[in-house]
Amino acid sequence: MRNKPKVLVLRTAGTNCDVETAYAFETVGAVPESVHINQLIAGKKHIRDYAILALSGGFSYGDDIAAGKILANEMRFRLKDEIQKFLREGKLIIGICNGFQILVKSGLLPGNEALRQEVSLIINDSGKFEDRWVYLRNSRTHELTNPRTSGRGNIGKCVWTKDIPEVIYLPVAHGEGKFVAADEKIVERLRKNGQIVFQYCDAKGEFSGYPVNPNGSADHIAGICDETGRILGLMPHPERYREVFQHPRWTRMKTRPAEGDGLQIFRNGVEYMKNIL
Amino acid sequence: MWTIEVNEKKGIFDAVGEGIKKDILDLGISGVRDVRFIQVYFINGDLGRREITAICEELLVDPISQAYCVNPPVRSRTGARETTVEVSYNPGVMDPVEESALKGIRDMGIAKKVSLKTAKKYLLTGEFSSSQLTTITEKLLYNKLIQHIVTASAEDTRVLEGDEYQFRLVTVDLLGVSDRRLKEISVQGQLFLNLDEMRQIRDYFKGLKRNPTGCELETIAQTWSEHCWHKTFRGRIRYTELPAGKSDAGSTPKTKLINNLLKSTIMKATGELKKSWCVSVFKDNSGVIKFDDTYNVCFKVETHNHPSALEPFGGANTGIGGVIRDPLGTGMGAKPFLNTDVFCFGPPDYPFEQLPPGCLHPKRVMKGVVSGVRDYGNKMGIPTVNGAVLFHERFVGNPLVYCGTAGIMPANQSFKHPRKGDLVVVAGGRTGRDGIHGATFSSGELTHESEKVSSGAVQIGNPIQEKKIVDAVLQARDRGLYNAITDCGAGGLSSAVGEMGQELGARVDLEKVPLKYSGLSYEEIWISESQERMVMAVPPEKLAALQEIFAQENAEAVAIGEYPGTGRLELYYKGTQVCDLDMEFLHEGLPRTEKKAVFAFPRHREPEFSCPQNLTTYLLKLLSHYNVCSKEWIIRQYDHEVQGGSIIKPLTGIANDGPSDAAVVKPLLHSSRGIIVSNGINFRYGFIDPYWMSASCIDEALRQVIAVGGSLERTAILDNFCWGNPDKPDRLGGLVRAALGCYDAAKGFSVPFISGKDSMYNEFTVNNRSLSIPGTLLISAVSVLPDVSRAVSMDAKHEGDLIYVVGETADELGASLYFDAFSAVGNRVPHVSFGKARRMFDTLSTASSRGLIRAMHDCSEGGIGVSAAEMAFAGGLGMELFLSEVPYKQLYGGKWNTDEGRNDFVLFSESNSRFVVEVAKRDQKVFEKILRGIPFALAGCLSADKEFKVYGLDGKVCVRTNIDELKLAWKEPLQW
Repeated sequence: MRNKPKVLVLRTAGTNCDVETAYAFETVGAVPESVHINQLIAGKKHIRDYAILALSGGFSYGDDIAAGKILANEMRFRLKDEIQKFLREGKLIIGICNGFQILVKSGLLPGNEALRQEVSLIINDSGKFEDRWVYLRNSRTHELTNPRTSGRGNIGKCVWTKDIPEVIYLPVAHGEGKFVAADEKIVERLRKNGQIVFQYCDAKGEFSGYPVNPNGSADHIAGICDETGRILGLMPHPERYREVFQHPRWTRMKTRPAEGDGLQIFRNGVEYMKNIL
Repeated sequence: MWTIEVNEKKGIFDAVGEGIKKDILDLGISGVRDVRFIQVYFINGDLGRREITAICEELLVDPISQAYCVNPPVRSRTGARETTVEVSYNPGVMDPVEESALKGIRDMGIAKKVSLKTAKKYLLTGEFSSSQLTTITEKLLYNKLIQHIVTASAEDTRVLEGDEYQFRLVTVDLLGVSDRRLKEISVQGQLFLNLDEMRQIRDYFKGLKRNPTGCELETIAQTWSEHCWHKTFRGRIRYTELPAGKSDAGSTPKTKLINNLLKSTIMKATGELKKSWCVSVFKDNSGVIKFDDTYNVCFKVETHNHPSALEPFGGANTGIGGVIRDPLGTGMGAKPFLNTDVFCFGPPDYPFEQLPPGCLHPKRVMKGVVSGVRDYGNKMGIPTVNGAVLFHERFVGNPLVYCGTAGIMPANQSFKHPRKGDLVVVAGGRTGRDGIHGATFSSGELTHESEKVSSGAVQIGNPIQEKKIVDAVLQARDRGLYNAITDCGAGGLSSAVGEMGQELGARVDLEKVPLKYSGLSYEEIWISESQERMVMAVPPEKLAALQEIFAQENAEAVAIGEYPGTGRLELYYKGTQVCDLDMEFLHEGLPRTEKKAVFAFPRHREPEFSCPQNLTTYLLKLLSHYNVCSKEWIIRQYDHEVQGGSIIKPLTGIANDGPSDAAVVKPLLHSSRGIIVSNGINFRYGFIDPYWMSASCIDEALRQVIAVGGSLERTAILDNFCWGNPDKPDRLGGLVRAALGCYDAAKGFSVPFISGKDSMYNEFTVNNRSLSIPGTLLISAVSVLPDVSRAVSMDAKHEGDLIYVVGETADELGASLYFDAFSAVGNRVPHVSFGKARRMFDTLSTASSRGLIRAMHDCSEGGIGVSAAEMAFAGGLGMELFLSEVPYKQLYGGKWNTDEGRNDFVLFSESNSRFVVEVAKRDQKVFEKILRGIPFALAGCLSADKEFKVYGLDGKVCVRTNIDELKLAWKEPLQW
């Protein structure tokens, strides 16, 4: 048990990437369990019994009112104490796509004491849902490999992005993924703290407009973490690039990589918890 | 009551408003400068200002991007600067947002009784007339089937509850009425029953010495409807074939009697092929084949044409919702893992002024249908991986919307057996007034009045409700909590309970059915087609455990009766019997009528023109044809990767934008086995001969399986016929001819049908003139791929690689897109030589399984020219192609032809069973050795420059362009 961290993959009406997210965690040596939020609220299951809380993609409660809003509200009002205790114990949270929307709307990301919402993910500039692959610049590796050109020097504390290449390739599939902040100061703060984890870029790592930045996100932001680096939220789907055959151009590859770019993210979380437990 | 208005802050993109602004332009109205959207909530309850502020700021409003206003001053609806249109849901119709918002309020700790309604406001500015505003409002802003425009006296229309229902047993006087009256009863009751059927019913009740209740009559009408019973396919047909041309007038026409078209063609082929891996065919809600030793896969394709014609979003939405429940209701329930969608629309640039009254514009239909599929498929978390979109003027009144779903289940869960004493359980969504008469309505033709008369026939979808059901059903299945399951589709409970109780009989207390709102009569409860419901047979001792699972998922499962073993269908409402029918009469009592079918071989004008010197413009034109061009605008709106098993995606190639032939999906993440799905459809060939249309569609679906690296070894197909009115002999004649083609092709390829569906009466009557769709057959193939790492994509891979053309090209230009460019149909429709084609497919599949094929693309509309161009630009490589090498059989002679044949015919012929194949130079010998004995030729090669060059039969260049130009022509037309 010691070496196999338990992952709570949270589920509710409309969650739909829970199976493949659980499978990705299982692949890297965790023991995932799919748990319905009703079980947590009824006290039949407890967040404290797990090492990682994973909020997967989907349309929780139909994305009614706004994407992720109802589940974020439910977590904030009904599970706030349990979640904060879970975090105080040094455990991890990852939110993918709808999960990221939930983290942002519940105030867990970028994170403040009052769980006040500071940023949002709103409807794409294209006005529609889009499924496409995007390149992502991982700020940590970018800072480490280009300290001179990047200049800001803060590699952040994100535990989920260790040993990840500077540019990775993952699919996005969302209608509401445009990152916006209440004001520019917040983005500046995130930048200074190294909380901007992933940014949309082209194959060479350069920023550009649509469709390189698929939704019009401010500062090309695709994923952020909290100040401790233990909560990660991102719009792209790492569980959809677990193995090479999920890559849109795997039939063109001369040599096939051993695994997909997304898997290392899950592995980082699991390895981190293995060392702590 | 509190009114809360929420809108986007200044500077934040108003997606709804902007979308509508675009749609207004599509309506041909250019004066609207700006549209802004406001979401409105009405909250009732004992709440103070502080609570309302909290509800707004914590729940209803995004603090970063939105602004709100509580109890805003009433705005004049037609102000000097802007016009306000407010849209609200009709009484009884619930916006799903209401339920979620109330949950959110409860989660905040507000326990008071609160009710909530929503509305939408649109603020329009610009120059437009009041009649233009009416057009905008009616066509874009609301759907009168479920919504209404709030007028000055708004309050009364916001009532949530319908009236209380007062029970009154309704009987219909049938005994001793005239034939004329019988017809009237059928028409007035929207029963769509013919006189013979009405007489049969009258005689049955004469024997019982009583009149039927309205409910009994409805039940019979639903069960006997074309939609549920497939009277055309299962009835008797007297079929006559008339030879073509006047010179043949003397010869005797061939006539034969067909007893059951389905059993004597499609099902017959399956029976004779006896494939051991066919698990359940033509019995259950979908066809089932073996996937591996422990799992089976099932597949079903349905149509939802009539509803989509009236209300494109809702029609397509519930079309996909409905077909998802087919695998879920197959055996003991399969998990849906992929969707496929095929549409036929009128041309998107169809002139507004030619639009028949009552018809929506094709572009609006298309946008609505695509949104409907996007909404349901994406929210269900089922990847939409494959599809096709075709266009023709004859679909203007009747668009076709085919939706398919495949599911996977443990092999030992593939059959169901309801037992005597089991409870009838209805699970999932509640029952409302939506979708009344859907089954019977789709058994008649549409008219410009349909929109008004059959307004209740369109259902309303709620994908999240259905997702909850899937989640709950699969858990209950694995715990063995029921003995049978089926979906509530057309005909509602009437069909589902009636079918499940066919042997055992059923007894139902209708007042126990959970309702969305009060006011429904017992009859409405019984026939409502409210979505997202399943019916199960549950042993009484397992009910509690089943209900607990559903409650856990925030869904309901309620016992409404039992299967008593009496063989009778007995319905009660609060203790009073309202229906008592013999199941045998219900299911076997339909009088067998004989329909007349005549097929006269048409004779079309052969176009006469000489071969153009330069074929470049024609190639570009074909690539830009709506049927051929890129459907990326649609595809990207579908989540085609959810569930994490997508292997060959719909878009492929160096820039992720080339058109894949078929989809490959891994249904089990831990297994390397895959499922291939593809589709074959080309209604144009039916203009000449529906027999060869069928054969061509089957060939197309199968060659796409081969093109992605599959084999026919474990491949099955589905048929989906969309036809005109089968009571008209010429329409039915074409249908018979098509079914005969299905039999011969299935036998010839040795590929069985496992399920199918038909949709008749796709005609639109306007000014007493009936316009039929072209008879259209969709063939959907499903195939097991033992190892997904063997899959092949269509994009060219390496410069210097060899390009082969495999298969024989003949002068088969009849009904081709190339002839269409000359406004001609011609007569030489593509044929299939089944035995040869099968051998070729098997050979190619051997080559791909040995890793010898780098890329493969099938030739369909636009022939080798389009296929080679797509392969080249998808791979970002140039190509040289030599037509003189292509295996070519001349059919035309005389003044038409030169001795060598024609470049345009070779390049654009749509002969079946052909592929363009890329092979590495080092594999040339092995590849050619494997292919020995089948027609193939080394016809070109790939280059690193972007030039696309075709050399004609005379060795001179006949196409010279570059792949960027080709790609642009292909991408532009539908890139909205």
